[in-house]
Amino acid sequence: MISESSLEKLKILAGAAKYDVSCASSGTKRGNVKGGIGNASAWGICHSFTEDGRCISLMKIMLSNYCIYDCAYCINRKSNDIPRTTFTPAEIAELTIEFYRRNYIEGLFLSSGVLRNPDHTMEQLIGVAKKLRIDHKYNGYIHLKTIPGASQQLIAEAGRWADRLSVNIEIPSENNLKLLAPDKDFRSVLEPMRIISTGILEAKEERKHHRNAPLFSPAGQSTQLIIGATNDTDHTILKLSSALYSRRDLKRVYYSGYIPVNSYDSRLPALNAPPLRREHRLYQADWLLRFYGFRSDEIVNADHPNLDLELDPKVSWALRNPHLFPVDINKADPLMLLRVPGIGTHSIQLILMARKHNRLTSAHLQKMGVVMKRARYFITCNELRSQNVQDLKPEIVRQLLLEKKPVGNDGAFQLKLFHPVMPALKQ
Amino acid sequence: MNIFSFDNTFEGLLTLVFDCYQQKRFPDEILSGEGSQNVLFGSAMDITTDEQKAERVWNGIVKRSSEENAHRIYRVFLSGLPNAPMLLVKYMRLMIDSTKNEETNFSEPVVVEVNKLHQKVCREAHRINMFVRFQKTVEGSYYASFAPLYDVLPLCIPHFKDRFADQLWIIYDLKRNYGFLYDLKAVTRVVFDELKVNPQNGQLHNSLLAEDEKLFQQLWKQYYKSICIWERKNPKVHRQFLPKRFWKYLPEKF
Repeated sequence: MISESSLEKLKILAGAAKYDVSCASSGTKRGNVKGGIGNASAWGICHSFTEDGRCISLMKIMLSNYCIYDCAYCINRKSNDIPRTTFTPAEIAELTIEFYRRNYIEGLFLSSGVLRNPDHTMEQLIGVAKKLRIDHKYNGYIHLKTIPGASQQLIAEAGRWADRLSVNIEIPSENNLKLLAPDKDFRSVLEPMRIISTGILEAKEERKHHRNAPLFSPAGQSTQLIIGATNDTDHTILKLSSALYSRRDLKRVYYSGYIPVNSYDSRLPALNAPPLRREHRLYQADWLLRFYGFRSDEIVNADHPNLDLELDPKVSWALRNPHLFPVDINKADPLMLLRVPGIGTHSIQLILMARKHNRLTSAHLQKMGVVMKRARYFITCNELRSQNVQDLKPEIVRQLLLEKKPVGNDGAFQLKLFHPVMPALKQ
Repeated sequence: MNIFSFDNTFEGLLTLVFDCYQQKRFPDEILSGEGSQNVLFGSAMDITTDEQKAERVWNGIVKRSSEENAHRIYRVFLSGLPNAPMLLVKYMRLMIDSTKNEETNFSEPVVVEVNKLHQKVCREAHRINMFVRFQKTVEGSYYASFAPLYDVLPLCIPHFKDRFADQLWIIYDLKRNYGFLYDLKAVTRVVFDELKVNPQNGQLHNSLLAEDEKLFQQLWKQYYKSICIWERKNPKVHRQFLPKRFWKYLPEKF
């Protein structure tokens, strides 16, 4: 039963779960059933925003913050002396339903420290999901964390009750993972992912033949990578993400800037602030992989192993490939339009529709939401041509774009007041 | 100068378009609602709402463009902005006068403007889905009130009806003084003469709250505080996603 004493537990167990950044509630569309509560909206709904600017969609909580593992980057590692507690499955279920009925949340995101062994912990998590679905007739969103090392049978069971499953890789390369999390290896993380992705594929196939075949993790699976806790380059990270998207069919890879929670551990770097700008650039690159048809080796490769912190990855790519520009807005192939800096997927839809009616000018583009201050160097449209990236040379365009950048707020990036633009322009 | 006035209903606006085409004269200015008859020069042409005329215009729009486009016009009308009727008349004329479907012609400023306003209205409707906070009452029903920027409550009702099908609820628009009540079977429009609500923050009087309501508000506040990573504090983004005008209605913010 939930009472005054639950406040302290909630404080500890929500605090323990906050470093998991995933909060999406999208991917499943499910109506309510008769006599039941809740549905799932395909696009997901955020219900609040914390003061760090992240959305609260799901009640993100740990069943328990006791853990038998000792991962260097984790606040809940067993060698940390912190207050520890456990909710019962009934308490979590009640809290979820009460919050849900008040429209505070879109559903439950449940994780846990490893209690006794992975299988025991996984059983507990499944217990909560079953209680919600069966006892409370709950049709809202459930995201379950898969405990690395849990058995195939339990993962299959979890997929039946949850909308999304996730296994966190956390550290993007195997040797660094072994160093920081001696109890884990890549296999213990990648194997559950493989089981989930096979489960999803099989269930989809099954549903083609039987309309009422059971669903398996219908909103797919996701994972999280910690950024900046190791020396892994953006090249390593994006290669891994891209492989996960194409081979394991992941819905999302989340990037979490490392926050020094265990600063006493000498295996970890000393950081003044979390690498928020790098995290932001990685998300931009991730979007390019998923929605803009980029390959990971176009964004970062052996020659450019890390993303440019000062410019977004699409601009960086365009400046490395000036020979492909300018692009004619009125004729270009949609796939090429996707590669123009300053044009997003939404404006492309508008451009493709509008150019059937009229030849477009830069004034039209501006109205449609194209960011002309970036796009102008990479396009031609139905007006006198202006200076593009080929005329100006990429280095100069780079300087011009940097000049208009506002100062970042994470201290990792400071804009120089004067740029050596003038001498360069005289060339 | 052609000045038209109508009763500020959506059917009225569609009738206005019908009458314009019938009389072959089009408005330079549109007045809406009561007291609009006082015009300095000349007199306003008063439109009498006619369901049949309205339906013909609606069907015409559907035929010339799409059903979605007709709904788009309705949603833009819900914005209630003073310039919306005039903008929509221009937009509908564009649809009616052209043989092609003009709804995708984003090189036309009116189309862009209608779409922008449409997006604003849809966003506000979505924000209701996001930020409505129910309070459980002594009788076990759930109450929420709100003051949305636009009159978007009707757009949100199907969502709440499906999601909270097994609980009694009321969602009330404090600004326009009407709301919707769900009695486990159907949703009905209600107007309360006397509201036992604090108009400042939409909170019910303490005596009306269920016994455990305060506890769950407190738990939610605790959760909200605990889930934030203070090392990443970012007030600018916070305000951007959660505009200040909502704070007074949200237990986690007041």
